[in-house]
Amino acid sequence: MIETARNFVGSYYDPARFPTIQYPEERQPLPENSRSFPILIYDGEDPEAGLRCVACKICEKECPPQCIYIVVERDEKGRAKRHPAVFDLDISVCMGCQICVEVCPFDSIKMDVAFEKAGTDRFGRMLLHKQDLARPNEYFHQIHPTEAAQSDERVGKTKKAPKPKPKPAADAAAERQPSRLAA
Amino acid sequence: MSKPLDFDAAEQLAMATGDVEPEQLDHDAPVSLPPPGPRYEAVPRAASPAIPEPEGELLEVSVGPHHPSTHGVFRMNVVLDGEKIVQLKPVFGYLHRNHEKLGEQTTYLGNMPYTDRLDYFCSLSNNWAYALAVEKLAGLKVPERAEYIRVITAELTRLVNHSSLVGFLLHDMGTMGTPLMYAFREREKILDAFEALTGARMMCNYHRFGGCRVDLPPGWLDQVRTIVDNFPRFIDEMERLLSENEVLIARTHGVGVLPPELAVNAGVTGPSLRASGINYDLRKVDRYGIYDRFQFRVPLGEKGDVYDRYMMRILEMRESVKILQQALRDIPEGPVIDPKVRLRNFTPPVGEAYGRIEAPKGELGFYLISDGSKKPYRYRIRPPSFINLTVLEDMCRGHTLADAVIILGAVDIVLGEVDR
Repeated sequence: MIETARNFVGSYYDPARFPTIQYPEERQPLPENSRSFPILIYDGEDPEAGLRCVACKICEKECPPQCIYIVVERDEKGRAKRHPAVFDLDISVCMGCQICVEVCPFDSIKMDVAFEKAGTDRFGRMLLHKQDLARPNEYFHQIHPTEAAQSDERVGKTKKAPKPKPKPAADAAAERQPSRLAA
Repeated sequence: MSKPLDFDAAEQLAMATGDVEPEQLDHDAPVSLPPPGPRYEAVPRAASPAIPEPEGELLEVSVGPHHPSTHGVFRMNVVLDGEKIVQLKPVFGYLHRNHEKLGEQTTYLGNMPYTDRLDYFCSLSNNWAYALAVEKLAGLKVPERAEYIRVITAELTRLVNHSSLVGFLLHDMGTMGTPLMYAFREREKILDAFEALTGARMMCNYHRFGGCRVDLPPGWLDQVRTIVDNFPRFIDEMERLLSENEVLIARTHGVGVLPPELAVNAGVTGPSLRASGINYDLRKVDRYGIYDRFQFRVPLGEKGDVYDRYMMRILEMRESVKILQQALRDIPEGPVIDPKVRLRNFTPPVGEAYGRIEAPKGELGFYLISDGSKKPYRYRIRPPSFINLTVLEDMCRGHTLADAVIILGAVDIVLGEVDR
């Protein structure tokens, strides 16, 4: 009885005894490492041209529930361009394990923190295309500052100097690591 | 218990009383090994005894699979004579997700997130057991700091599991949620720490072969220290509230007694086994990881009833707090993962390995056979909840159906692990 009373009274002034919040109105800040679903990072202004993804299909192969589908873009002669024509990610299948992030050699696929992904329809709204997945690098800096700084270092770009005509970072990375492409 | 069950104690007793003479300890003499096999007499378990002649008509009740007291989708086919249970058949498989075959279709790394979903209360212990099996298979060494992180995460998981279990057990007895909410409040703080470290609250997917995925974020150790330092206050409150509670004692004393012989022969592990008085804790027996560096004791029960199993959880939480305090004090700096381990195209040599840890529910083992390819040739799990469930009928027979709910609650099952 005393314990119940202590917890009841304590819940009025001790946050350790009353951790609940009024969720939709009130939100707890998420920890920096928090993760929900993958996103694709692009540099510069254009989400299509600046996409870091080179369609190497490593994430497609490694994804445990196989929720990623990639088609490589080809030019008129049928040669593969380092760009995905289709990059689909089914978040009704994705389990947010972030193995795609770990295996990506181009720092292209990263984890988002937005978790409110409810939709009214089981199929359409849950299948995200590359234009739904593309996020600017600045957004990545906003949600995961430490990880973004490390990733920028690897990609070889300065943090706050997006060049007027940015060379796609993916190409730059691909030039540095030609051997990884073979995988 | 009249029978000496702890063999070390029995040997010490024999030495002390002079039953063993010093002349016998001749090191050159041929060593006469004890006969192989278990220390206890292996008795084949009898089939369910014939149902005795009932006083009235027998009543068959199917409890579950959607009954809230069955902790998931679990069904008990119970035969009642009046109010007494004369037969109980567990039925499960409703949550079967083909985990073991799935593990043979994915890479070694790709199976790691699936292990989170076995016992979804203790994803980090599952990660550890699987990583341990693969590390044995591939012969990998884990850096010092990663070993400490593994101990810290596993013991925090034990606190999560045991505190929720106590809450759920009391909920089964009809406390309408008060202890459960207190337990969940504490669990919430630990899950916040897990989220800060691994990115997810329950499906952590954090351990990797040869270490851990990322290093601790800044301030994480202080956050955990605060949790661990405040945790004994919660256990004290829980004990003052519950341990001498009249209802709890009336409902649990002498209910669902598991005799130690049966517990050993049925392969029961974890707190249920120790509640029956058998000193078997893999942290002491195997000393996997770095558990040999920590001072802690293994609590043992006397009667093996539900009250002992409840008490075992409370005492183990206290020991976990001790381990955590030592680990948080001693954790060194350094790398958290062996840089030589390849993330992709990880191919362990041909062979087989069995890695086991003391998960909060009992011995959790992963058995792997490698044929040298990227995927395991055979993958098998020894789940503690499933094997602990095999003695349910023996514990429930003769009790009422309301007691069966409590006995099932004290076994501590998670259907994700039972059905896999």
